[in-house]
Amino acid sequence: MPIERGKLSVIISVEKLTKKFKNLIAVNQISFEVHEGEIFGFLGPNGAGKTTTINMICTLLSPTSGKAVLNGHNITKERNQVRQCIGLVFQDPSLDDWLTAKENLEFHALIYNIKRKTAKKRIDQILEIVELKDRKNDLVLNFSGGMKRRLEIARGLIHYPKVLFLDEPTLGLDPQTRNKVWEYIKDLKERENITIFLTTHYMDEAENCDRISIIDMGKIIAIDTPENLKKKVMGDIITVETTDNKSLSKEIENKYGKNVFFYDNKIQFEVDDSERFIPQFIRESKEDILSISARKPTLDDVFLSLTGKKIRDESASTMDGMRKMIRVRRMRR
Amino acid sequence: MIRDLKGIYIIWLRDIKRFFRDKARLITGIARPSFYLFILGSGLSSAFGMFGGRGGDWYMDFVYPGILGMIIIFTSLFSAVSIVWDREFGFLKEILVAPISRTSIVIGKALSGSTLSLFQGIIMLFFAPLLRIQLNFFMIIKICLLILLTSFALTSFGILIASRMRTMQGFHMIMNFIIMPMFFLSGAMFPLKDLPKWLEYLVNINPLSYSIDAIRYVMLEDKIFLAHPLLINISVISIFAVTMITLAIFVFNITD
Ligand SMILES: Nc1ncnc2c1ncn2[C@@H]1O[C@H](COP(=O)(O)OP(=O)(O)OP(=O)(O)O)[C@@H](O)[C@H]1O
Ligand SMILES: [Mg+2]
Repeated sequence: MPIERGKLSVIISVEKLTKKFKNLIAVNQISFEVHEGEIFGFLGPNGAGKTTTINMICTLLSPTSGKAVLNGHNITKERNQVRQCIGLVFQDPSLDDWLTAKENLEFHALIYNIKRKTAKKRIDQILEIVELKDRKNDLVLNFSGGMKRRLEIARGLIHYPKVLFLDEPTLGLDPQTRNKVWEYIKDLKERENITIFLTTHYMDEAENCDRISIIDMGKIIAIDTPENLKKKVMGDIITVETTDNKSLSKEIENKYGKNVFFYDNKIQFEVDDSERFIPQFIRESKEDILSISARKPTLDDVFLSLTGKKIRDESASTMDGMRKMIRVRRMRR
Repeated sequence: MIRDLKGIYIIWLRDIKRFFRDKARLITGIARPSFYLFILGSGLSSAFGMFGGRGGDWYMDFVYPGILGMIIIFTSLFSAVSIVWDREFGFLKEILVAPISRTSIVIGKALSGSTLSLFQGIIMLFFAPLLRIQLNFFMIIKICLLILLTSFALTSFGILIASRMRTMQGFHMIMNFIIMPMFFLSGAMFPLKDLPKWLEYLVNINPLSYSIDAIRYVMLEDKIFLAHPLLINISVISIFAVTMITLAIFVFNITD
């Protein structure tokens, strides 16, 4: 059973979890807790160790060292009990191509011990959400990459586990389907009090989370709510354009003591309080200001400032891109 | 316990469904026994027939259980490829995180392999009358039970190897290394009489020898091969089966 701690009960607790592959340390002594009923996000670049961490918690990999407890069950000693509490949507393909869409879902319902009637209802409902209803009797073999992905998500949502792991669930989906899937997941979470453990590269998706853990090179470098993370790391971001950027940047550096970045013929820097800063700045500036704007930081900025890297930008991704990635992953094995 | 039984059934059912769905596999599954029987069986017995007298018929009687053994060993050992296949295509993960024990997965796979092997064995039995091999009802039942037991043992052996394999090529290579010697040193095609000591030793530790011997024991009046009593044959195969399934379960339970 979950450990009560104040108001929040802890459903997953991870202590110094480590995984080594030969001489590569994929996950390095990470510790964190996930609270019951929250959406917990893992955010990090490729190879950060997100999937490896999930695989350990889900009993697919055994940790090199460290400990994790899920819903009161030790992940190395009570693997069968752990598996009874979880559901997973994998990052890599995991469908049976020689079964039809419906049969894949029925297999899942059967193996998760769902009553036939309930299963039928849920299968119909979820097939509707992912828009595969009229293809349900086709072999998965004949599906496109995006259709397979949708089916994969649908399958993960058929049984209602205590903790649902979603490893980059909406990777490669069109925005419309993404939104629909998210609505459904949030609704399900509320109705069934499911805890969601998510990894993602999409910043807007990460902002859906109650708490986010930023992971890089096998280490957790920050863990907090999206708002706090954004606050903790910096203030507002100001972008200015003038006729003479060089001299303005000197002025900003000397007068306000800010670090500036040049970007697209514009100057970017951070201030604590943009509402008060901008009027004063315009009044006192010696250069002609052509444009100025202020925005709140996004998780992208947070990530950049914490790791010095930009997270992989998936917004332009096509299905082609996704297929390529899958192929690369498969070859790695 | 009930969950485990249900888990076994679910794993078994999917494998069977897939076999009958994949037309290429189904056709090979039916064609291979017929092919071996007619080409190998008839070819070889007419060669023996040239030696005159009853040689041809006698050889057919002798080689029929051997070809049955060949089908069993191929189907059983290769049916474990489904584990490697599932791993390569990712479906194994879906099974591995499901709330069923690793043990029931292994047993389910062992049973589906045995079922498919029995299916092919039965196709072979249908051809028996065409080859002037006489079988009565009890003989057929006994043969089927022997096929099941042997197949269960061999499929478990296949699973044991497949559980540590990452690629299909690797699996096929190892399997060919195992199948060929096992087949030729089983007395399937020719009587193993007056062999050098070391070969005789290999024949005696080959579980397939005992299966084929047992099938011959049931089918033929002439006791022409190892001719152990049926009880000894069955005991040896059973011990092999129990050892293999136990090892397979143990190895499959290890997580990387
Ligand atoms: N089975 C394995 N054998 C060897 N190395 C592995 C294995 N699985 C993962 N790794 C390595 O561990 C590191 C972390 O991989 P992981 O899959 O956890 O990353 P990730 O954060 O999920 O990345 P992505 O965003 O690309 O999914 C990588 O360097 C990867 O190459
Ligand atoms: Mg990953």
